Amino acid sequence: MAATSQIMQNGSVAGAAVHPLSPRRRRWLEPHRLLGHVLALRWIALALIIVGWFVYYPIIDNFFVSTTNQDIFTGEVMHVGLENYRRLADDRVVLTALWNNTAYALLSILFQVFGAFCLAAIVEALRSARWRNFWRAVYFVPSAISTTVTGLLFYFIYQPNIGILDGLLTGLGLEQWSRVWLGDPSTAIYAIIAMSQWQGFGYSTLLFTIAIQKIPQELYDAARMDGAGPLRQLWNITFPLTREMTGMMIIVTITGAFQVFNEVMVMTGGGPNNSSQVLGTWLYQQGFIQNDMGYAAAIASVVFAVTMLAASAQLWLTRRRRVLV
Amino acid sequence: MNMISPRSFWGGMSQAFLWALLLAVGVVVIYPLLWMALGGFKSNSQIFEQPFALPEQWSFANYLSAWRGVQGYMFSSLLITVVSTVTTVFISAWAAFGLTRTPMPAKPLVTAIVLGGMMLSPTVALVPLVRMLQSLDLYDTHWALIILYTAFRVPFTTFLIRAYMLDLPRDLDEAAMMDGANPGQIFRRIILPLCRPIIMSCIVLHILFAWNEYLFAMIFTNNPAVQTLPVGLTSMMSKQGTDFAQVFAAMTISALPIVIIFFLTQRYFIRGLTEGIGK
Repeated sequence: MAATSQIMQNGSVAGAAVHPLSPRRRRWLEPHRLLGHVLALRWIALALIIVGWFVYYPIIDNFFVSTTNQDIFTGEVMHVGLENYRRLADDRVVLTALWNNTAYALLSILFQVFGAFCLAAIVEALRSARWRNFWRAVYFVPSAISTTVTGLLFYFIYQPNIGILDGLLTGLGLEQWSRVWLGDPSTAIYAIIAMSQWQGFGYSTLLFTIAIQKIPQELYDAARMDGAGPLRQLWNITFPLTREMTGMMIIVTITGAFQVFNEVMVMTGGGPNNSSQVLGTWLYQQGFIQNDMGYAAAIASVVFAVTMLAASAQLWLTRRRRVLV
Repeated sequence: MNMISPRSFWGGMSQAFLWALLLAVGVVVIYPLLWMALGGFKSNSQIFEQPFALPEQWSFANYLSAWRGVQGYMFSSLLITVVSTVTTVFISAWAAFGLTRTPMPAKPLVTAIVLGGMMLSPTVALVPLVRMLQSLDLYDTHWALIILYTAFRVPFTTFLIRAYMLDLPRDLDEAAMMDGANPGQIFRRIILPLCRPIIMSCIVLHILFAWNEYLFAMIFTNNPAVQTLPVGLTSMMSKQGTDFAQVFAAMTISALPIVIIFFLTQRYFIRGLTEGIGK
């Protein structure tokens, strides 16, 4: 970055000699440069305004809202300090939601990170490049479709009367397994998570195939000379060399799991009996159905805390690539 | 070398096994979607009686009436997707140019602010945004979604374009500068055309996002004339939830454009996704 501005500055004064001893840091304060520098801000102005106004400001404001309660009838805003956060600690549904989000994250890591990794390795083991591309494109298709559509689709698939899941189980002689998947508090959230795996694994498979393609072929050739079998190659070469991608995928998956909303909203709305609530739907329920905005903001703060933790982990993981500076 | 080499072992016997596995996963992925599309051709009673069967007669009646039902939503989705794609890509390209090619003051800080927006989730901003959009008179308008989709996607889009611009050689714009070109001309004539591949990726990824977004669309729109497809589908579902065949047709209609776009622009899609998650 330093080199960049050095070049730009030299260019902008048409090749003026750089004084070797002049402290570079101060030079931009010289009047004829200052104007150019300030004018350069115009390129970024719109982005700063729209992101500051509609992303940063509401997220900061959320903390203030979370310390207030609004009277539904008079609209009067009362400052209640940390009262909403105390309520969070006593709210059994928050506990359910936290568990459900965690289960979402864990199962997604299992299927969409490790499962997808294995699938990607299998796809890449195919000899024909055309078929490799074909399969990863096919697996990606559900990821391109909106969660509303896939959520509704699986809502139908899980239905006892028209759904194909119970029909399939009956066909396999497993009638005793069939149940009202989304209507049973013990299975509702897992039925939703299963849909989410179906939809999302192709996305991570695609990313893993690309990471695997970047591994030099010589490594595999050398391993083969040493008599390493395919599983050994997978474990000793493919897995370690895609570790960064795996790390990123885990973090992205956790972040996604704590922001889940659509599929739960569409398939169960958090029911039955709040058994499938996640933080997002509980926030919606409290803020937009019960009109308890202060409390909803407190739930949002929990989401914020988790996603910030994940984001810091991501920054730490990519620190060598210097994403920001 | 008279022993069986691992490659031919892997190759001969297990290619067949691998194929069976890939095929099985493929069926699990595609069958539900096919079931949905075929459901749109069936009669409602056939959906109940023979969920697995092919349609008795291929009737487009459901698709036609579903199309009439979703037309309005389709228009809103199209409008919001197109406008927010244009605004997001332009604002991000300008920002990326500023961050990589101009002597902007406090560049690391500005970069951190713009790209840092990637980490902030829509869920957290939801509650304050309600009051904000109401006070701005944007609630229940197309603009609400256009602005929010732009604001929440500019950081990521800027990240992609900026990374690409950093890798572009500087000789060309330096030469142009020597010839007296101003930054605006360098941006339009040199940098922007060179960035075409990544901009295509950004366009495709933004279309995918805007077409499918549900949270903001559900909360900030109420009037069916403003609502987008995902919201329209759920309200259709609650209104005519018993006419399954028609709901299936509507779902298929709303999924089709994005699937087609994916297959047509796969190359850009994949580039955007890989750049986005890290090289």
